[in-house]
Amino acid sequence: MWGSMSAGQGSFDEMFDSAGNTRPAYAEYCRWYNEQPPEFLRRKNREADDTFRRTGITFNVYGEDQAEERLIPFDMVPRIITAPEWRKLSRGIEQRVRALNSFLYDLYHRQEIVRAGRLPERLLRGNEAWLANMVGFTPPGGIYTHIVGIDLVRTGPDEFFVLEDNARTPSGVSYMLENRETMMGMFPDLFSRVAVESVSNYPRRLARSLAACVPPAFTGGKPTVAVLTPGIFNSAYFEHAFLADQMGAELVEGSDLRVVEGRVQMRTTRGFKPIDVLYRRVDDEFLDPLTFNPDSVLGVPGIMDVYRAGGITIANAPGTGVADDKAIYSFMPEIVEFYTGEKPLLPNVQTWRCADKDSLGYVLDNLAELVVKEVHGSGGYGMLIGPTSSKREIEAFRAKLAARPENYIAQPTLALSTCPIYTAKGLAPRHLDLRPFVLVSPDGIDITPGGLTRVALKKGSLVVNSSQGGGTKDTWVLKD
Amino acid sequence: MLGRTANGLFWMFRYLERAENTARLLDAALRMALTRDLATAEAEWRSVIATLGLQRAYEAAHEGYDGLQVWNFVLRGSGNPGNVRAMFGAVRSNARMARTNISSDVWEAVNENWMQIDRLLARPVGQGMVGEVLGAIRRAGTQVHGAFDGSILRDEGYHFARAGTFIERADSTARIVDMKYFLLLPSLSYVGSSLDTGQWEQVLRSVAGARVYSWLNAGQIEARGIVEFVVLDDRFPRSLAFCRNALRGCLDALASTHGTDGRGVALMREFDTRIGHLSVDQIFEAGLHEFLIDFLARNAAIAQAIAEDYRFHA
Repeated sequence: MWGSMSAGQGSFDEMFDSAGNTRPAYAEYCRWYNEQPPEFLRRKNREADDTFRRTGITFNVYGEDQAEERLIPFDMVPRIITAPEWRKLSRGIEQRVRALNSFLYDLYHRQEIVRAGRLPERLLRGNEAWLANMVGFTPPGGIYTHIVGIDLVRTGPDEFFVLEDNARTPSGVSYMLENRETMMGMFPDLFSRVAVESVSNYPRRLARSLAACVPPAFTGGKPTVAVLTPGIFNSAYFEHAFLADQMGAELVEGSDLRVVEGRVQMRTTRGFKPIDVLYRRVDDEFLDPLTFNPDSVLGVPGIMDVYRAGGITIANAPGTGVADDKAIYSFMPEIVEFYTGEKPLLPNVQTWRCADKDSLGYVLDNLAELVVKEVHGSGGYGMLIGPTSSKREIEAFRAKLAARPENYIAQPTLALSTCPIYTAKGLAPRHLDLRPFVLVSPDGIDITPGGLTRVALKKGSLVVNSSQGGGTKDTWVLKD
Repeated sequence: MLGRTANGLFWMFRYLERAENTARLLDAALRMALTRDLATAEAEWRSVIATLGLQRAYEAAHEGYDGLQVWNFVLRGSGNPGNVRAMFGAVRSNARMARTNISSDVWEAVNENWMQIDRLLARPVGQGMVGEVLGAIRRAGTQVHGAFDGSILRDEGYHFARAGTFIERADSTARIVDMKYFLLLPSLSYVGSSLDTGQWEQVLRSVAGARVYSWLNAGQIEARGIVEFVVLDDRFPRSLAFCRNALRGCLDALASTHGTDGRGVALMREFDTRIGHLSVDQIFEAGLHEFLIDFLARNAAIAQAIAEDYRFHA
């Protein structure tokens, strides 16, 4: 059954070595898989789709009919990480997240890193996510990024790289949880044969982590936590409702909130009730029409004043998006070293900043081999993947790049690792990445074992984003 | 609970009830049309449209009252923004809005039924399909109520949902009776006119009470008894009296959990003293139609008071 398997184009396959032998992490899974009648697997594969539809785990696609809801395709072959691999990764993630928080604190205070000449000041001035009204203010508990998603890619047995930091509002954690639920529902016997670290207490950990960041105005008792959503037409509404439900928090919209007596309060059936910690899934610019976008109806007029006066905790803190910028990303090795005094445990992908003349020259000469990204872009939009683009696309991009070089960075096209997905014709290798979710509170940094594995469903494709046809897998971290 | 969530629960159940009542009304008309002559059938379909308050919209889109045309208009007509397909969309979006206050069982019952009904109503509903479609709509209500009763905490959310159910159900029953009130006037039944028992049975069937009624009355179908049953019999779950009692229970429970009587409780008290005690003879004496119009207005005023008492809107 495995005979036809081979990893594509020299990529590292996580399940099979180059001779076609199963790697140890997948040994028991593959034994189990080979014991299953093909018809059973086919039926289960169809069932998975129905399960997701029935439970309404959908996302809305921007720009399409409001009623349009799609499923993120789920692949039933798990992605498996060994305990030693995970220990190493989590040490690197923790170091990076610690550095990110120190970095954000510094940016909005004395900017020692700029004074020390380790980070050019222009990167802050030109950064759209920079918020002048966060300067000099310290969020409750000193925490900026309560929830972080670190996007990792793998290219070899020991080669993991950070591709992106998501310090703003990382999404996808509900898929991590529902994928596991679905797998356990479909294949209970599998989990009795393979010992997998549990992920199901993430919502409890999130609730605890948020409750540990109460603002000075908190009056005691049980902190009131609420999730702020843009509403039912938002692409991630399912996740917002899911997390609020699982945490036992209120799910609020801007129209439910009002500033009353110096607190942000929600309109309940009993009148207005103050919120202590607001886990907002609304971008900075929509958070407060008095401070940012005056047309926003998603936010709360006056919330920034309440925040600065200690009346509420906002998670993540406004202005953390500065760290998501890809030009800043290129400085992460320096940032980690500057704040932790240690060498980074997790390397960055080599990155050329097109703002540098020499780098720009190199990038322009090698466009066909590189991946070029906008510094503020996200979701796989506005990027060029040289090796899979036509001459015309490359030339069009060359013009954009030459016009605004400081708007771009470039990276080598990585040979992303693969893991097989289930297809009608059997297993087939596809490229994937990994987004572990990290919780930060004054009590410490808490990383849920595993995370969200995103997988390209098209053969050879390197784009794993759900907005562009990517799927997800359950991610297993094996117990020792 | 958020005021907006309370509003979501209230309307989720109003729309669910409305969809179910509409299906029953169509079901009854369908049966009538199948067993009668063409003119009676057409009159029946016309009265369905009138009961639902859709005359103007319907006549803007269609000529004549043909059954196929009527049920498609009611179920899925593009000229009818309040069609049943849209009602289910509203049930689901209100359920999504209140997602953190309903159980997974309730959510999945809503979502699965919505998927099925939305698919069934995506295309014109032919003669061969209409029975199945109406059955699916009724079952949706039963399944959601079942999941709800078995899994929901008996706190304010439960009472908002039930208040929505009974306000909508009372509204529907009152409208159905009002549309046929002239058939039920005692003067006509005394005369023993050509109006047959089939028409009266039709009223009972529209409120799903035909079997129970004939069981209670040993098959005797007469106008006075029907009115007494549908308006005043508090054992029958779709009667006005039953709905009013259930709604009173919701209002009292909400008032006690909130520690204060709202305006809704006051309106209910007024309701009880003004028209709550009337006997069927007193109702006929003052006019059945007048009674029903008054009932509908008071029912709507209580719905409005609940929304204000519990801050449904900013």
